[in-house]
Amino acid sequence: MSVDLPTLPTPILQSKDFASDQEVRWCPRCGDYSILAQMKKVLPTLGIPKEKFCFVSGIGCSSRFPYYVNTYGLHGIHGRAPAIATGVKLANPELQVWVITGDGDALSIGGNHFLHAIRRNIDMKVILFNNQIYGLTKGQYSPTSPVGQKSKSTPYGSIDHPLTPLSVAIGAEATFVARSVDVDIKHLTMVLERAAHHKGTAFVEVYQDCNVFNPGAFSYATEKETRSDSIVYLEHGKPLIFGKNREKGIRVAEGNRVEIVQLGGDIKEDDLLFHDERTPEPSLAFLLSRMRQPEFPEPMGIFRAVERSTYDESVTKQVEAARAKHGEGDVEKLLNSGDTWFVN
Amino acid sequence: MSTATLDAPASTNGKKLENLETVVIRFCGDSGDGMQSVGTQMTNASAIFGNDVRTFPDFPAEIRAPAGSLFGVSGYQLCFSNHDIFTPGDAVDTLVAMNPAALKTNIEDLKRGGTLIVNEEEFNKSGLQKALYEANPLDNETLMAKFRVHKVPMTRLNRAAVEGLGLSLKGADMCRNFFALGLVYWLYDRDAKPTEEFIRSKFAKKPDVVEANLRSLRAGMNYGFSTESFTVHYHVPPARLPTGKYRKITGNEAVAMGLATMAKLSGKTVVFSGYPITPASDILHDLSMFKHFGVKTFQAEDEIAAMSSCVGAAFAGELAVTASSGPGICLKGEAMGLGMMTELPMVIIDVQRGGPSTGLPTKTEQSDLLLAMYGRNGESPLPIVAASGPGDCFSMIQEAFRIATEFMCPVIFLSDGYIANGAEPWRIPNVEDLPRLKIEHLAAPNGENGEYLAYKRNEKLARPWVKPGTKGLEHRIGGLEKKDVTGNIDYSPKNHQHMTNTRAQKVANIANFIPEQTVDGPATGKVLVISWGGTYGAVRTAVLQSQAAGKSVAHTHLKYMNPFPRNLEAILKSYEKVLVPELNCGQLRLLLRNQFLVDAKGYNKVEGKPFLVNELVNVINEFHG
Repeated sequence: MSVDLPTLPTPILQSKDFASDQEVRWCPRCGDYSILAQMKKVLPTLGIPKEKFCFVSGIGCSSRFPYYVNTYGLHGIHGRAPAIATGVKLANPELQVWVITGDGDALSIGGNHFLHAIRRNIDMKVILFNNQIYGLTKGQYSPTSPVGQKSKSTPYGSIDHPLTPLSVAIGAEATFVARSVDVDIKHLTMVLERAAHHKGTAFVEVYQDCNVFNPGAFSYATEKETRSDSIVYLEHGKPLIFGKNREKGIRVAEGNRVEIVQLGGDIKEDDLLFHDERTPEPSLAFLLSRMRQPEFPEPMGIFRAVERSTYDESVTKQVEAARAKHGEGDVEKLLNSGDTWFVN
Repeated sequence: MSTATLDAPASTNGKKLENLETVVIRFCGDSGDGMQSVGTQMTNASAIFGNDVRTFPDFPAEIRAPAGSLFGVSGYQLCFSNHDIFTPGDAVDTLVAMNPAALKTNIEDLKRGGTLIVNEEEFNKSGLQKALYEANPLDNETLMAKFRVHKVPMTRLNRAAVEGLGLSLKGADMCRNFFALGLVYWLYDRDAKPTEEFIRSKFAKKPDVVEANLRSLRAGMNYGFSTESFTVHYHVPPARLPTGKYRKITGNEAVAMGLATMAKLSGKTVVFSGYPITPASDILHDLSMFKHFGVKTFQAEDEIAAMSSCVGAAFAGELAVTASSGPGICLKGEAMGLGMMTELPMVIIDVQRGGPSTGLPTKTEQSDLLLAMYGRNGESPLPIVAASGPGDCFSMIQEAFRIATEFMCPVIFLSDGYIANGAEPWRIPNVEDLPRLKIEHLAAPNGENGEYLAYKRNEKLARPWVKPGTKGLEHRIGGLEKKDVTGNIDYSPKNHQHMTNTRAQKVANIANFIPEQTVDGPATGKVLVISWGGTYGAVRTAVLQSQAAGKSVAHTHLKYMNPFPRNLEAILKSYEKVLVPELNCGQLRLLLRNQFLVDAKGYNKVEGKPFLVNELVNVINEFHG
């Protein structure tokens, strides 16, 4: 039996409290290290005791993550982390559940569970480490690899059209959708914090560098020379402005599309697209998710953050409603239900 | 079928009432004709009257196959008796055929001299064509001479009965099944009251439908009473069953009630994850109504998710269970392995059906035993239990959870389509006598240095069960091989060998914590018949008949399939010959031969139907020599 803990002041947790005793075994300079470090920074700030966290993962490099966080953790099977996490959350809605997954794990073998966890809005955080490659199996192309990508299994280049993780999540009507990049420490911390506080499925795509099998896949978003022209930060209620000197903006054009415009001259900031992460209609978030390099700067930040009742909450409510309606389950009554008769 | 004529009182319209011991009736018609519904009603009426009853619903996989087609025929067989019975009977005494297709697909099972009731109006050109009859079988004198035939213009009589209620013709014809039921009620002297109550409550919101069905039922009864065609009707006195209060129960109902009971009595939440599949879906349906017992149901996106969420719920410290049938169990294999590797308690219900692949979705078979034994990658033995009948599902599902939580491992519970949908009278147990699961979650570190050791085992080789949320016991587990005691990842050769042996040993040891196997019949002798699962009733009845015929035959029925009961080998070696009848191609036989080097012979059938008693009696007697 679990015991009720005496009410004591909650100890102030620090990053090191979340470090497990396991040796971290990712390759040197893997982007995962930064994500782990930012996660360990965010967790102590949430005011949740560490025994109330549960990390669930599938299979892949990223899925080793739970071993390195000193909370409850379940390293599952390939693609099934959202389904496993659903079971955890159903059984114990009080846990804060984090799913750690990768592009192959979430979008290829686990595509179905990914979609259904999101549409149910189960209260869990799903962090997808997107490195556009299968790392653990040593370098096959993934469902997010661009067309033409050469890999062990595509020596002549990939002919698969890639998925855009954010578009998929928004298509499944995710209530929280965000993107960040492994080396942008401040931004990643902010995004993880926001995800942690969201009630419902919070989906975060993190551009993560696999420096062994797909190095520099996101260099446009991380290198100083290219960064300011190739990404645009989303801030709620603010216009989309980017460029070295913040001289460019994104404007809504006719025909449900966006265009890049030069600020100054006729075009003012007020003419630009103002970000609204709270609009219930997902079309804007979807439109933003379609902005891809090299045509557009890729948006970073919170695409969408709306409220909807969570699945686990609804399950609990139905149990309560059933109890209110029928009273506490009565075994005697249950066994004697239906037509009965006596044999004397 | 022994008979004794009673004196006919004046109120019987001069018709004789004969006493019978056992009757087998089969209703058959289109899948939309309501045959399952009237079969269920007659079962209830007979059970409430005090007969022992067994049923065999047999329906097509198609929901509404083209009307009148051969593959759209739905049947419901029931047997009721004045003594205890174990099967729904072999040959049919009375066959009700609502159309030519039903006649064609069922007439072979009607006894010579049996009663045939047909709705003659459906034997028209179109009906005969759909049933691929070149000539009307009702005109086939040679065929009809074999039976007592009653050609009843049911459609017309029934329409007349409901006239004036404003029903459309289609609406009126929807009540025909109750007309047929009424006729059979008269024929077998059944009290219509329970059925009338059912009609009133089922259609409570539609008074005209209540009235129509009541009129149809009554019209059917009156037809039997007044028409000259029926000169005799029959009475089956109540059976002398053990005293107590009874209800009717199907296997799927019993599983759901067993789980709800367990949740409540153990003070734990049952988390049920399932994906719709025939013939297991009713477990999900029933459980979803038991939320106030502490049951949470989750209709997952697929079988893999259903199994995976079980692993999650078990890790979170609650009673996780999933139910499926063969195709779904295949999909669950990998996640079952995760449950096995993480050594978490959960139960996987396999309501077996005809396979392979999609196979025969609505027909019964026992062909998943080896799938349950070996259907996972790596060395991954799991305990397996199998219910012997509908009522037995209630206790065996709880027994499965006792094993799962005592030994910390997934347990497979085998049922089958025959048990799942078949009904029998069930003596309602006393709540005080029911088992309670004793579950203790570890609350404080179990290591000498104040650390938590996730794979430190107790005397049963079970590891601790920790509820996430417990302070100081944070830990990580997963599907990778683990180091003994600590549970940390460890791929080293000796450790893998040790852990593989330990997991196998843990399951094997369960034999010391389950009941010893018992035998019906002589303790030694010529023939031992071994059965398992849903064939219990047929095999038991057949062995009794062989014994009555003077054969040296004993019967033992297995409910623990892995590990086997510890005295099974001794039993096997106490007889000259061993016969294993199974609705598969010899799966238990293979296991017995493998484990005990016994020259067991099989009697195997995969026709999607249960064994007939007669065929087994013949097989046993021939085997006995």
